[in-house]
Amino acid sequence: MMAEAKTSRLKDRPLSPHLQIYKPLLTMMMSIVHRITGAALFFGMLLLVWVLIAAAAGPNAYASVQWFMETLLGRLILFGYTWALIHHMLGGIKHLIWDLGYGFGPVEREWLTVATLVGSIGFTVLIWIVGYLVMGVLR
Amino acid sequence: MTEDHRSMRTPLGRVLHLGSAHHGTRVFWHQRLTAVANVPLTIALIVIIIGLMGRNHAAVVQILGSTFVALTMLLFIVTSAYHMWLGMQVIIEDYVHDENWKLVSLMLNTFFSFAVGLAAVFAVLKLSFGL
Repeated sequence: MMAEAKTSRLKDRPLSPHLQIYKPLLTMMMSIVHRITGAALFFGMLLLVWVLIAAAAGPNAYASVQWFMETLLGRLILFGYTWALIHHMLGGIKHLIWDLGYGFGPVEREWLTVATLVGSIGFTVLIWIVGYLVMGVLR
Repeated sequence: MTEDHRSMRTPLGRVLHLGSAHHGTRVFWHQRLTAVANVPLTIALIVIIIGLMGRNHAAVVQILGSTFVALTMLLFIVTSAYHMWLGMQVIIEDYVHDENWKLVSLMLNTFFSFAVGLAAVFAVLKLSFGL
């Protein structure tokens, strides 16, 4: 491919360089993360439906939900769901700001992107601390 | 560009601004509309879920079935199901290039979003009306 490109200057030139050509930037990473978290939340909706249906079905069905949520896997899924939800929400707010035409400067766009990442991790941890405190009060 | 005499678009089509899909920027707009609605609703959902943590079935039924919690949940479910339906449609259109697979994926997306939304709405209503 490289040799051919040297011999024939007009052949095999990438007309539209794809992602691997560019240096990875935080805004690019967060762009795809927004899509990934969106897709995760799409399937994560099953989790909410399971909780609601189980609660509507009765104590036995709800007990199995509670059992699963207490397991390490259940906790990890719930933690991931929380982060995906918050990150998608903050990323969405960032996109709404961009949709209105603000925050496109080299400093602002980086600042906004870092803020969504730091904010999502911070709020997720905060929510779980509050969650555990609430559960502690009940027990 | 729109003045191009070779355009296939009729003058009426041009003034309606609806493009080849015949619904213009409606999907784009509804995606943003549901996104904005979901900001307060997601915060409310998190508060509700924290309130449910560690409680027994009877307490959970009472909380989820109460008027304002049920209404908030219903709003969240409807806007989210619609938002995720539109979002997944964009993802499918971007990555699934085979025409048949694209049609199948778009159909499955609609079935899934509708079923999940309806199941959640049904559960909340059942809890709320205590049937």
